Amino acid sequence: MININSLTFGYPQTTPIFQNFNWTVQRGETWAILGSSGCGKTTLLYLLAGLRLPAKGVIEIDGERLTRPRPRSGLILQDYGLLPWATVRENAGLGLEVRNFYGQDGKHTPKNFQPENNVEYWLNELGLHEIADKFPAQISGGQRQRTAIARTLALSPDLLLMDEPFSSLDAITREDLQKLTLSLVKEQNLTLVIVTHAIDEAISMGSKILLLDSPQRIFENPQVGQANHRSSQEYHRLSNLLWEEMRHDPSPTPAGREESTP
Amino acid sequence: MKQRDIFFSALGIGVVWQITAMLVNRPILPAPWDVFTVLIEELKTGLLTHFFYSLWRVTAGMFLSVLVAAPVGLAIGGSQRLDRIFSPIIYLLYPIPKVVFVPVVLLFLGIGDIAKITLIFLILFFQIVVLVRDQAAGLPPKLIQSLQSLGAGRRALFRFIYYPASLPAILTALRQSIGTAVAVLYITELFATKYGLGYYIYYNGSTLFNYPAMYAGVIAMSLLGLGMYYVVDWAERRLCKWKFVS
Repeated sequence: MININSLTFGYPQTTPIFQNFNWTVQRGETWAILGSSGCGKTTLLYLLAGLRLPAKGVIEIDGERLTRPRPRSGLILQDYGLLPWATVRENAGLGLEVRNFYGQDGKHTPKNFQPENNVEYWLNELGLHEIADKFPAQISGGQRQRTAIARTLALSPDLLLMDEPFSSLDAITREDLQKLTLSLVKEQNLTLVIVTHAIDEAISMGSKILLLDSPQRIFENPQVGQANHRSSQEYHRLSNLLWEEMRHDPSPTPAGREESTP
Repeated sequence: MKQRDIFFSALGIGVVWQITAMLVNRPILPAPWDVFTVLIEELKTGLLTHFFYSLWRVTAGMFLSVLVAAPVGLAIGGSQRLDRIFSPIIYLLYPIPKVVFVPVVLLFLGIGDIAKITLIFLILFFQIVVLVRDQAAGLPPKLIQSLQSLGAGRRALFRFIYYPASLPAILTALRQSIGTAVAVLYITELFATKYGLGYYIYYNGSTLFNYPAMYAGVIAMSLLGLGMYYVVDWAERRLCKWKFVS
């Protein structure tokens, strides 16, 4: 699904964040990208979303080289993703509006895009119907994030990219939305890449965890999504392990420079 | 603005005016009631025509300036390159009091309404450009990125983000400009016309020394401004519903 080959990327006048970085994601996998602030995890997500372009190397999604945002990737950001002047319903339909605005041009909108209005379906599915006519300022953080998810799913994506999507929510809402996201990912057969700085979120969401602090390491977490996962021994073992790894992280060096590139 | 508040404010101004008129006790400051009766009389005999001439000029000027300045502000605010080129030009021209161009504009555009509308346009143009530009440039990058990730290119960004985001700025600019626009209207109507509230006020005050009629004209001008404030407020409640939710 995702294939990153020899990626190099950095912002002007800084040491590169990625140097010769390689990474592969199979279709249907759920990945959590974990790391402390400034390790480049959000940058990696923006690269995957096509909002930044690599200085060197290639990012391929579904076999195609990424040069601009890809219509079938859905990006969900932590905040500000909703238009404050549009209602929940209008926000959820925004992606479809943009596609109808361009028509099937193959660039902004997939060539085979069939304009079908499934906004109401997703509003119902995500429990937003009652508040569909409210503005983002009138609803809770959890409801805002549900709206962002509805907006993305209305476009029938195959890849979901999430940047700290639940970090500003209270613990209960966060857990609800984590479970909801995982069940939707399974139900719609999506590939998920979620960026987080929270160890518990990474273990709750990712069947594989990419620790982006150097040296980068990949942790397998096959029990994710199972009923008692959060109270299982494996959960705590992984949690302690990641905790230790992040604590002992030496000074930040560009991701991918080490031998241990995944 | 509640109508009751307007009424009591008008009443308060009337009381202060009445007291001052009694203290001054000269023809140059007639009492409010005298002015009010003259206002009713004058409305029957031509003041209304002057009012509509002024209304037409000032609304045409405002309409034209929104039509031109809002897209310019959006373009500059949405592009750093355009901002680097045009913002210095705007800052050089913005502080010049456009009233100094009255003779020039009259010379080039003649004595008709076009010259008067152009002057109002010139003044409002810069205010609207600056406010809309700041609004467009100050949008959170995440808002823009999330729309880009939905497939939006430059055109869709303007349609779905820059344009709706700039509406409140346009209306704020209009509200701020009403006072200036009416003041400029007065000045433009001093020249080369026999119609308009500016002409009416000046003619009655300085040529006929008919002070009650002059004040009637001033009240008409105040009502013109008040009406415009109401229209802008009404438009804002209709177009920017999201700003009025709790």
